[in-house]
This record gives sequence, C-alpha cells and structure tokens, in this order.
Amino acid sequence: MTRDESADAEVRRVADRRKARDPADSAREAELVSDARETKVDVETHMAAIRDQLAETVDDREVVPENTEAVIQLENVSLTFGVRQILKDVTLEARKGETLMVAGESGSGKSTILKLILRLLVPDKGRIFVFDDEVELLSFQEALEMRRQIGMVFQNAALFDSLTVYENVAYPMRENTDMDEVAIEKAVAEKLDFVDLNPKVVMPQLPSQLSGGMRKRVGIARAIATNPKIILYDEPTAGLDPLTVGTINDLVRKLQRELNVTSLVVTHDIRAGFRVASRVNLLREGEIVFDGTAEEMVASDDKYIKAFLS
Amino acid sequence: MAGFASGFGEKVRGAATGVLDYFVLAGRAFRFIFSRPFYWRDTLIQMDRIGVGSLPIVLLTGFFTGMVLALQSSVELSKFGADVYIGNLVGASMIRELGPVLCSLMVAGRAASGIAAELGSMRVTEQIDALQSFGTDPIKKLVTPRLLAALLMLPILTVVTDMVGILGGLLISVVRLGLSADAFLQGVLNTAAQSGFILGFIPKDLITGLTKPLVFGGIIALTASYYGLNTKGGTEGVGAAATSAVVTSSVLILAVDYFLTQFLLVILRPGQ
Repeated sequence: MTRDESADAEVRRVADRRKARDPADSAREAELVSDARETKVDVETHMAAIRDQLAETVDDREVVPENTEAVIQLENVSLTFGVRQILKDVTLEARKGETLMVAGESGSGKSTILKLILRLLVPDKGRIFVFDDEVELLSFQEALEMRRQIGMVFQNAALFDSLTVYENVAYPMRENTDMDEVAIEKAVAEKLDFVDLNPKVVMPQLPSQLSGGMRKRVGIARAIATNPKIILYDEPTAGLDPLTVGTINDLVRKLQRELNVTSLVVTHDIRAGFRVASRVNLLREGEIVFDGTAEEMVASDDKYIKAFLS
Repeated sequence: MAGFASGFGEKVRGAATGVLDYFVLAGRAFRFIFSRPFYWRDTLIQMDRIGVGSLPIVLLTGFFTGMVLALQSSVELSKFGADVYIGNLVGASMIRELGPVLCSLMVAGRAASGIAAELGSMRVTEQIDALQSFGTDPIKKLVTPRLLAALLMLPILTVVTDMVGILGGLLISVVRLGLSADAFLQGVLNTAAQSGFILGFIPKDLITGLTKPLVFGGIIALTASYYGLNTKGGTEGVGAAATSAVVTSSVLILAVDYFLTQFLLVILRPGQ
C-alpha cells in the first residue's frame, strides 16, 4: 500500500470509529485524523519537492537523441538463483553518452544487471550486448578486454584494503596500460584532483583511513583511471550524508559532461538519481515497469511509481 | 522419503560440483604459474607471510617434537639396552614423517585460515568483483602467488622443522639420557644412509621428506583459496570459510600423507 493510500485508509478508519465509539475517545480520534492528514500533506509536499528539484536540474542533465546508437543493450534477459527469479525478461538500452538510471527497491535485481553487463554473471535467457559484442559469446580473454573499457563504481567502493589510495587508483593503469611509474603518478594525481581530493594528502593513506564519501570518490577516481567509455555505478550515494550525495552527483554529471562517457546508475535513491540521469528505467521484482524521462515518471499515474516516488 | 532422497541427491550433486570446481581452480592456478603477467611482488609478500610468518610456530613445534620423541623412545629402547639407536629413531621419524606432516599442519592452521579469511573478506566486500572489472583474473592475481609461495616455502620450513627436531632430540639425549652427541648424530646419518641414495648422493629419505611438503603446500594454498573465493554471507561466512579451510586442509594432509607414503615407498624402495 502506498503512503497516499495508507493516509486515505487511516482517514476512513477514523471516520468509522467515530460512528461506532463512545465520545470519551474524541481527543485521541482528533489526533489520529490530524496525523493522517499530515501524512497526506507530507506525500504531496514530497512530490512537489521532487518536481522543484527536477525543474532546477533539468538544464544540467544531458539529453541524448533517441536515434543515438546503444552502447549497452539487454534483450529479454532472465536470471534465476535457485528457486528465486531475479530478473524477468529485462530489456533496456543505454545510448552513447547518456546517463541511464535503473531504479528499484532493494532486492529488485538492480545490481545483478551490472554484474551481467560485466559478465560476472551469465543470464539463463536473453542476450546482452556491449559495444555491439554479445557478452556471452566472448572468450574469457575477450571478456577481460571488454571489462577494461568499463569503469565500475561499487556500492561500498570496494577499494583494495591492503593498498594505499595511490596504489588503488594506479592499479588499473598498471594492469592495463604500458605507462611508466612517472606517468602513472601524474595520472593518479590528476584523477584524484578530478574527484576533488587533494592528491598529496590522500595518496599515501589506506582506505581504512578515509571517510565513506572519500572512499567513494577514490572509487570513482579508480573507475576512470584508464578513461573507460562506460561507467557503471552501483548505488553511488548509498549511506552518504546529503552534502556528500550532492558532491557525488556533481561528479557523475561532471564525468558525463567532460568525458562524454555512457553511464548506468543503479540506485534506490530516486532523488539523487534524478539529478544525474537523462532517462530512467524502474525495476519491480525483476521486471522493467517504466522506461522514460524523470519528468514522465513524476507525472505518471501508475500507483506503484507513485508509491516508489513517495 | 522422496524428500530425503531428493535432499540427499542435491547434497551429493553439490559436493561433486565442489570437487570439480576445486580441481578446475587447481588446474588454472598451476597453469598461471607459467603465463604472464607474473605477480612477483605478490608472490614475495606471500612467501614472507607463509614462510617467514610461520617460522616461530614451526621452530617450536619441531623442537618440542624432537625432544618428546627422544624421551619416549628412550623409555622403550633402554629396556633392550638400545639407547644408542635413539638418534636413528628421531632422525628417521622427523625426516620421513613428523617433520613434513607436523610442519604442514602448523602452516595449515596458521596460513590456511589467513588466506581463506583474506580472500573471503575480499569476496564479501566486492574487491574480487573489482579485480575482475579491471580485467584481472582473480585466480592469477590471488591464488597463483599463494600457491607458488606455499610450494616454495613448505619444503624450506620442513627442513627447518627436521633440523630443530633433531636438535631437540640431541639435547634430551645428551643432557637427560647421557648419550654422546657423536653417537646420536651418527645414528641420524646412518638412518639417512641406510635408506639409500639417488644419483649416488641424495638420500632417499630426503626425497620423501621434501616431496611431501611440496604436495601439502599445494593442498594448503588451494584449499584455503577455494574456500576464500567461495565465501558467502558476510562476516559470518568469512569465519566459516577460515574454519573450513583449516579443517579440510588438515584432514587432506593426513589422508594424502598415507597414499603419498605408499606411493613413495613403491617408487623409491621397490620390493620393501
């Protein structure tokens, strides 16, 4: 039941009680009615805030023409773990240069999509294309090559505990390029500077010495270390304070604007997602139930979408 | 009954898949020893952790085992006036059996739990997914250096265990049992010589004593890595992986020891 529907139900319940009960409960009754009305007002205020936010950020988000070529495509992808179906006939595409948000509740299968794109998982059914290559048909070596063109920002940053920040960001360069150590050091400093971290301060530090927001930014610096064409974000703003959420969102937009990367942002934080995404796909119990812009989503009359937004 | 049968069938299938996965992991880890890129730095770090890190525990284990072996054997041998053979017994036991097995069990307890916990925590914090996302094969980066380090360090640690074990036996024989050091050491050398030589100068006992830790090193590194990489369920899973790694590798060491001994006896001492 949505918050809107719960508020209506609460008002009805109170009205029924008014008919049935004795006058001694009138004070409590009035309190309940007031609470229920406030809840309804909360939902409306919340939706209005989202609309205002969209109006503010709409100019910042890059809108990619519909005929732009797709860089990532999922066609009728299904995946089951044991008896639980994680994804059901999921079809989506991320076009070159756009930021696509895949939103959904926790456990709806969002992060699984990212793992399928990287071929860390293989679907039971359906096809996945990255740069026109069918991921499942790639050899092991070809899959490693494909992954090198994709940067991944993990939910908890997934920085290597035993390596310093410098070594973490340098890792993809050492693995996948022929850069010498001087060039790597310069590039690491540039990437850290790009994500608004002071290279001199953070480079010698271990991940355990950083705050959650700093870890996330180091994770982004590491993801863009080798200038990938695609960046996948798994819950980039989860567990962060509002100010840091703003910083991370600005970074995602900056990356899209300055490097023209194709981004796929998986999140349940719809407000943060709206700030960066040019298009939204909503996942419900493993199925895509909405594909459109943020404005279309906010304007939708669908009960589930309304509930999700509230 | 049908439910029990299907549950049993599931478990058997799960176990068979697990064994298959283990051998696939082993095959790939061995193959990557000979293919680029070589992670020498990681291998050296693991050699330090597995080898140097295990040195104190191996020294203590070897020394006290040698001491207790000399003490216990003196009780029986003195009944026949054969105290002079204590050196033979301590030498043969340490080099052929106790040195390799006890050293490997100690390293299994210490290093296997460490490897499984480290890889397990990397698994649950998505660090292994991160490695894969950078195009790195986690077996090549994480398992092969540990395997190589264990293969190189276990024989060295076993030689150390043998030596301190013999030293412990010597100490007890001289200080407590009044045997001469020469007689004890002569007994050790005689046993080694009696086992015969390969190429005219390598005692067969030494071949036996160094083949076993090589195999046990592989078992420790692969078993620990297998459990670590397959960790599920957060921090609780990491603990379970570490426990399973120690238990399984210890049991495998003891079981494989029997078959390996039988095999080496057939190969090195045909007809005995």
